[in-house]
Amino acid sequence: MTIQPKKHLMPMQEAAVRSHNFSEVALGYSAQTAIAEANRCLNCKNRPCVEGCPVYVAIPDFITKIKQNDFEGAYKVISENSNLPAVCGRVCPQETQCENKCTLGIKFEPVAIGRLERFVADYHNANCNTVPEIPKLKGRKVAVVGSGPSGLACAGDLAKKGYEVTVFEALHEVGGVLVYGIPEFRLPKSIVAKEVEALKHYGVNIQTNVVVGKTVTVDELFEDGFEAVFIGSGAGLPRFMGIRGESLKGVYSANEFLTRVNLMKAFQKDSHTPVLHAKNVAVVGGGNVAMDAARTALRLGAENVYIIYRRSMAELPARKEEVEHAVEEGVKFEILSNPVEILGYDTSDRLDPKNSCVKAIKLIKCALGEPDAKGRRRPVEIAGSEYVLPVNCVIMAIGTSPNPLIKSTTQGLDVNSHGGIIVEEVSGKTSKEGIYAGGDAVTGAATVILAMGAGKSAAKAIDEYLDKKGK
Amino acid sequence: MYKIVKKRALNDTVTMMDIYAPLVAKKAQAGQFIILRVDEDGERIPLTVAGFDCDEGTVKIIFQIVGGTTMLLNAKAEGEYIHDFVGPLGNATKTEGLKKVCIVGGGVGCAIALPVAQKLHEQGCIVHTIIGFRSKELVILENEFKACSDKLTIVTDDGSYGLKGVVTAPLKQAIESGEKFDEVIAIGPLVMMKFVVAVTKPLNIATTVSMNPIMIDGTGMCGGCRLTVGGETVFACVDGPDFNGFDVDFDEAMARSDMYAEFERAERESNCNLLNKGMK
Repeated sequence: MTIQPKKHLMPMQEAAVRSHNFSEVALGYSAQTAIAEANRCLNCKNRPCVEGCPVYVAIPDFITKIKQNDFEGAYKVISENSNLPAVCGRVCPQETQCENKCTLGIKFEPVAIGRLERFVADYHNANCNTVPEIPKLKGRKVAVVGSGPSGLACAGDLAKKGYEVTVFEALHEVGGVLVYGIPEFRLPKSIVAKEVEALKHYGVNIQTNVVVGKTVTVDELFEDGFEAVFIGSGAGLPRFMGIRGESLKGVYSANEFLTRVNLMKAFQKDSHTPVLHAKNVAVVGGGNVAMDAARTALRLGAENVYIIYRRSMAELPARKEEVEHAVEEGVKFEILSNPVEILGYDTSDRLDPKNSCVKAIKLIKCALGEPDAKGRRRPVEIAGSEYVLPVNCVIMAIGTSPNPLIKSTTQGLDVNSHGGIIVEEVSGKTSKEGIYAGGDAVTGAATVILAMGAGKSAAKAIDEYLDKKGK
Repeated sequence: MYKIVKKRALNDTVTMMDIYAPLVAKKAQAGQFIILRVDEDGERIPLTVAGFDCDEGTVKIIFQIVGGTTMLLNAKAEGEYIHDFVGPLGNATKTEGLKKVCIVGGGVGCAIALPVAQKLHEQGCIVHTIIGFRSKELVILENEFKACSDKLTIVTDDGSYGLKGVVTAPLKQAIESGEKFDEVIAIGPLVMMKFVVAVTKPLNIATTVSMNPIMIDGTGMCGGCRLTVGGETVFACVDGPDFNGFDVDFDEAMARSDMYAEFERAERESNCNLLNKGMK
């Protein structure tokens, strides 16, 4: 049998159409295409793809089930290791993980593992109503702080083991970054809701509007009878550059811009939460969040959206697919370019409210210099190369620093110089007994799958800890 | 869902509500704030805590009916529910060690100043209070302030009640007549706080101001509430809402506060139409 050298294409909304709507970009494989793609898998002996997966999904096994037309069986294989297959199939950076290790990928394109995972999860969600068995309760309580990917994964695994799990969420909606950060067109919120429903079925109690560190402290959770606490509170305060003009009206952090649009649904006409619908938008940064912000700005009706990035296209930290999608949709890349100042209007009328609004961004050209400690070539500003790009909205997507609320109210919880919670590798055990942590609260901004993996390992460690401790 | 246990109109445009939220009530302190959403899909708005009762499990909020969301909130009756109510957020006002303080409140900002005045009074601090309103009809909480102030001065812009003028005049007068305040705590419109600082800063009288910028999550995630204080970018929700008045860039804060003025106007008009049609 000859092997098709390329992945089967996944149907997508046309770029010209999708750049004006918030519906999902990629439409998923049909059963027929999924089977055809599955048949590209060599089912090789050493299974390198599994090593490439942060949660070690038995990838060749689920692909074999697809080949056999047993999609529900494939789902069972995935869900042994992954709590959020429909989410991970969409947002995992497969090209640097499982697919990067694929044997087929040495000679051809790797097997489209992500697309297959997505197909299996969507098939399950659409067709299967089998109610999983509810485990026998142990009568022991564990608290989970934050309902993002690490918290949901940790809660799910502990509930399946029979713990009474309560998840505390600061916002009014469950899902953390999956609902406030990642846009609808990349991860429909109905998918997150489905995963959350599944957790509730296992008896996970979710309390929204509770800010741990404010409404209750971690220490009080122990007083309330929780025997262990997992902190998955996510990344925190958005970073700004510290350049002039960042307080002008029209300058957002990516977190604020995306939260307004995603969580608060500002893209809908009747939303009660406002967001600027700017004609010309500059997004500063080159990660996935920057791509999300840029593509969101397009969908809100912007005519020109620029990604401002100080290195070249090759160094963009965003997923390749996200960059490709952004290019197709018409996002313009101002690469090798760094903001110097954000310029406002300066009309003669001192009281003109326009005076405090963004008019343009001043940039300076960069060249790539010597590699830094991580091996990435350092951008070097070229003196005298400043130029001005007229924009009326600037979105800063240059990362976050950890949230101070929990560490400042939990005595004995050690954090590193960046404010990230210090944990033992794998177990997620912190400096304080019974407290575990994972996800962005530990690592700083990272990926959904890494956070989910951390939540899972912590669940295992918590189970072992409580088992050993005894009642 | 959070029940409106009590509702009372303080005047035509200011309403007081006690909301049943025992977890918040247990933790709330003067100077902190809450965030609420009236309905599903509603906007999140921050309101400073105007009081709390741990035994009853209630938190008091006092709000001016200024925008779409406060109109919807005001349309709710006693016994009805609001969708979300989260807090207490931000840091409590620092009152330790203060022996003599002048509280300056403006308009609905007085609602926030009240628990601070009460707390200071309870800890034996001498409290001089100056509160200002546009006119007599808008005066709120007079008796409450009387009960916790050693001296209470009321001013109105038009002179229809108390002294005519703005709050800075009696403040200046008190200082000039020799009153020595450990601290001035100013809570009210940005422009009022700016002018209070203009009085106190040259005399180097420590001044705390309470900032209330546009906010979404209120937990240090979105960065919408950023201010420039002492040349640094800070976040009102986790670093404040109280700041050293000497260092706050009020002009910038004022400019940022009307970012959505047009949207707000449209919201207000559409809600007016809705509410006038008899919708709740």
